[in-house]
Amino acid sequence: MIDITAAATETRRGSLLDRPVVRTLAFFLLLVAAWEALFRLGLWPPYLFPSPSGVGRTLARGFENRTFIVGIAVSMRRLLIGFAVSALAGTLLGLALGRARLLDQTLGSLVLGLQALPSICWLPLALLWFGLGEQAILFVVVMGALLAITLSTQAGVKNTDPVYLRAALNLGARSWRLYLLVVLPAALPAIISGMKLGWSFAWRSLMAAELLYVSLGLGQLLMMGRELNDMNQVVAVMLVIIAIGLVVDRLVFTPLETRVRARWGLGE
Amino acid sequence: MKVELRGVTKRFGGKNPVVALESIDLGVGAGDFVCLLGPSGCGKTTLLNLVAGLDRPTSGQVLVDGQPVQGPGTDRVMIFQTAALFPWLDVLGNVEFGLRMTGSARPDRQEISRGYLRMVHLLDFEQTFVHQLSGGMKQRVALARALALDPDVLLMDEPFGALDAQARDLLHDELQNIWSATAKTVLFVTHNVREAIVLGDRVVVLSPRPGRIKQEFAIDLPRPRQIENYAVVDLSREILNVLKDGAQVTPPAEAGRPGAAR
Repeated sequence: MIDITAAATETRRGSLLDRPVVRTLAFFLLLVAAWEALFRLGLWPPYLFPSPSGVGRTLARGFENRTFIVGIAVSMRRLLIGFAVSALAGTLLGLALGRARLLDQTLGSLVLGLQALPSICWLPLALLWFGLGEQAILFVVVMGALLAITLSTQAGVKNTDPVYLRAALNLGARSWRLYLLVVLPAALPAIISGMKLGWSFAWRSLMAAELLYVSLGLGQLLMMGRELNDMNQVVAVMLVIIAIGLVVDRLVFTPLETRVRARWGLGE
Repeated sequence: MKVELRGVTKRFGGKNPVVALESIDLGVGAGDFVCLLGPSGCGKTTLLNLVAGLDRPTSGQVLVDGQPVQGPGTDRVMIFQTAALFPWLDVLGNVEFGLRMTGSARPDRQEISRGYLRMVHLLDFEQTFVHQLSGGMKQRVALARALALDPDVLLMDEPFGALDAQARDLLHDELQNIWSATAKTVLFVTHNVREAIVLGDRVVVLSPRPGRIKQEFAIDLPRPRQIENYAVVDLSREILNVLKDGAQVTPPAEAGRPGAAR
């Protein structure tokens, strides 16, 4: 209904500024213009306050000489491995916790407790266990995403409409097939929400971990900007980090979540 | 007897134990269409769950083909009020689900499933997903999903309770046709008196808290019956009186007093 009314108003007035996309774009154009204007006033030195054009040049150079591409590749590789491990383990663990009361009361409360710990706090422990290396970072990423996915899957399994289980039992589903073909798909909307949340936790944990020691990756590029007093690079890398986070959320998780929720009859 | 309940009592525990069913004796012959009629809270659904093997009686026996029910089995398939179709599967996937569980090969189960989809007039919708179906279509898919397993007994738990009148009337016709064609034993739970008369050979009236069999009616009106038939309406008045009499929650001493009925 709202959409129809909005569309009707739009055609009546015919003004470009009534389109949501145009408004958003206009806002960001104005923001960049104001930023550039503020820079030109020269209130702060460029190493404290960069210009949009300077950041743009650094971005272009970073992609041209491939330092940004390498940084993105290294970070994304860690993120994908860590996330894949978390997704698989988290779903299995959540499934078990959601179905077995004993596990829920024991292991479940441990998971809940660990969730209160910001995942970057695992880094000192990981460094002692694994040394300064890839595994320590992956461990932190996994600890960031795993618990969120576990808890969401567990909630999904627990809140599944029992009528699905009764129908499935009635139609002859037993043991592993009941889990794989009914319990798991019934909880899929919650699992996907958990993965969406887990992905953003993994991304944050990864950046935090990469900032803390020499690691290649985007986090190190960010730190390098600081060490070189190159504010353009600092802001450019921040923009890349924002872009990756947004793109994955908007292009992968949000459409997936919307589609699954619609098909499962859970509304918008 | 196809299905037999002998002195079945079901209590639900907790701080305030509820007697859902008390000393139920009921025999259902093969090919019978029995409607269980009663207000909400009279244990109708509990009774179906016991026959389905999804729940166990506190005391008494539930027998199918003379054997005590041990758990759910594909010889007795339940159809739920909410249809309970699996939203992650399309229509064909839902209908063939039971056959997949019982291990029939893909070509076989697809052929069987399509046959039942034709029976419920949904052959063109086999690739449709559940959220795109109307309430009436969902119940038809649920019916086809149950029939695909070729069970001896259909357990129907207010399957048409949430449908609009038109969809429901249509499904009454179709269910009567399917029942005549397949000779299934049907236990059909409803709180709608006319629906019970239209569908059932026998209407068993239950009273609530504790659920007891109050009275039974044999319905021998000619089929197919429609909900607006005069004979159906007349009979429903008679049954409604019995039903109302038992629907009160007042203590037994006050039972039967005019005005005490709901």
